[in-house]
Amino acid sequence: MDFNTALSLALNELVSPVTVGYILCAIGLAIHFGFTGLLNFGQAAFAALGAYGFAFATLEWGWDLWGSVLFGLVCAMAFAALLGIPTLRLRADYLAIVTIAASQALRFTVGSSTAAPITGGSEGLSQFGDSFYALNPIPEGEYSIGIVPITNGDIWMRIVAWGLVGVAALFVFALTRSPWGRVLKGIREDEDAVRALGKNVFSYKLQALVIGGSIAAIGGMVFVMASQTNQPTNWGTNFTFITWTILLLGGAATILGPIVGGMVFFALLTLIESGLEFLVNAGLLPFLAIEQVAQVRFLLLGLILMLLVIFRPQGFFGNKKEMQFNG
Amino acid sequence: MANDISIGKAEPGCKKVDPIMIVDNVTRQFGGLTAVDVKHVEIPRGKITALIGPNGAGKTTFFNLLTGFDKPNTGSWTYEGRNLAGVASYKVARLGMIRTFQLTKALSLLTVIDNMRLGAQHQAGESFFKAFIRPLWAANEKRITIKADELLTRFKLDEKREDYAAALSGGQRKLLEMARALMSNPKLVMLDEPMAGVNPALTQSLLEHIKDLKKDGTTVLFVEHDMHMVRNISDWVIVMAEGKIVAEGPPSQVMKDQAVIDAYLGAHADTDLGTVAINKIKVGK
Repeated sequence: MDFNTALSLALNELVSPVTVGYILCAIGLAIHFGFTGLLNFGQAAFAALGAYGFAFATLEWGWDLWGSVLFGLVCAMAFAALLGIPTLRLRADYLAIVTIAASQALRFTVGSSTAAPITGGSEGLSQFGDSFYALNPIPEGEYSIGIVPITNGDIWMRIVAWGLVGVAALFVFALTRSPWGRVLKGIREDEDAVRALGKNVFSYKLQALVIGGSIAAIGGMVFVMASQTNQPTNWGTNFTFITWTILLLGGAATILGPIVGGMVFFALLTLIESGLEFLVNAGLLPFLAIEQVAQVRFLLLGLILMLLVIFRPQGFFGNKKEMQFNG
Repeated sequence: MANDISIGKAEPGCKKVDPIMIVDNVTRQFGGLTAVDVKHVEIPRGKITALIGPNGAGKTTFFNLLTGFDKPNTGSWTYEGRNLAGVASYKVARLGMIRTFQLTKALSLLTVIDNMRLGAQHQAGESFFKAFIRPLWAANEKRITIKADELLTRFKLDEKREDYAAALSGGQRKLLEMARALMSNPKLVMLDEPMAGVNPALTQSLLEHIKDLKKDGTTVLFVEHDMHMVRNISDWVIVMAEGKIVAEGPPSQVMKDQAVIDAYLGAHADTDLGTVAINKIKVGK
């Protein structure tokens, strides 16, 4: 593989719907963690519910695009309420435990054979994107990003996906600059102090959980729409932790952080993979087989992230001043 | 001894001429320990009342109970004639009863001015849907910012306006917390050890601020260990020991009370500890 191919692949990853899916989930997590201080380790579950809700409403009930999107959102919101109402009164760490457990439970439930009539079991659901691709205004033809060929459907997917990122970013921007956002930040710092000032902290935390979860649900829909396959294996803890990595990479309490963090994460992942493959093929890494590269790239990326977090804990866009006091 | 606050003799549980808060049979147990066991106490309106007592007397627990931050095992209390037992802490605050904390709770990663703005109540922009429509809250935001700036100037924090609260000194954070509490024009301010950790230079200005509150018609109830402060600014002193109210009265009278001396003041009953401290500093120099 030459340098151009590697670069093209990285460029392609930079804007791929999978990247956008993660970015949207990270934006949702920015509301949860960055602005409200909620430790949600179950973001995968919100994304999964969006994807499953959409796919199910389309395939089973034959709902149109908007109806299916709405149903996916409602599923995620209901889940947020279900998780939040019993746990948000407790300390932050309990929410972390409950969310990670609930997301795992959800993944095993949708993947079980009992749930197969609704969720497709371990096979999942597929081919639910007709209503979406039917709206594609881009004519068929030969397109490419760098040297990677893509279809008109791929382009349509990318345009919509990035449009959604733009909308989500504006939405969060407007919210966090409002008095509403100020209350969230107050809760992040000290919820008892905010309570003592007459704010209904529980209600704000629940609102934040629902809103961040809804953005993640949209992310989940984007994530599965490109391949039109939605399987339980998509929504493991890996998904949640990649989302966290992206958020921390870019800066937790920022708008642009999750966006750039996501792009950098996936571009790096691809570049590392290409680089390693090149080195293995050239015989420079005799201890590594070519099929191990996919795993090793995560190892290397982990190392890079560790260095980043140690030397730039506020992420790319975080406020240095804000972080200094945490030290 | 006659006074214009209580009806009849000043004694534990005595009735007040004009109480803002009336507490009855409030108890709180932690396991086998009874932290608070208050039979009856009334807080006089428009006065500065000090709540004193040795460590572990239950003062802070009592504060937490009254403000809804903790739930009592038994008891009821009214504020402005309204029953507050079982009312959530944020609702208590909305009724005009604002507290501060012993361990200062400045919101570190918010700027000083945002800390202040957060103190204002009834903000339309704090509702999720209205948050998107700036015209619905822009005017109010301006109004509370003006008020916040006035308070910051009064508390000499105006130069720190744009700084993160984390950048303030301990004493300045105490000031900020107090100023923030005033953003909502509270009727009753409850200060938990406002002087703890404040350097002597700031002490005097804090005292003045508390006196100013009284001038504005606000009722103040504060917990304090600093007898100098208690003597100087309070109109009424309530003494707690082992969860119970053991004495009440004007400061001059309470300081002479044998129960108080036994429970709390000990050897320094007759001296003003503040003066002692100041003299020590002078001698040291």
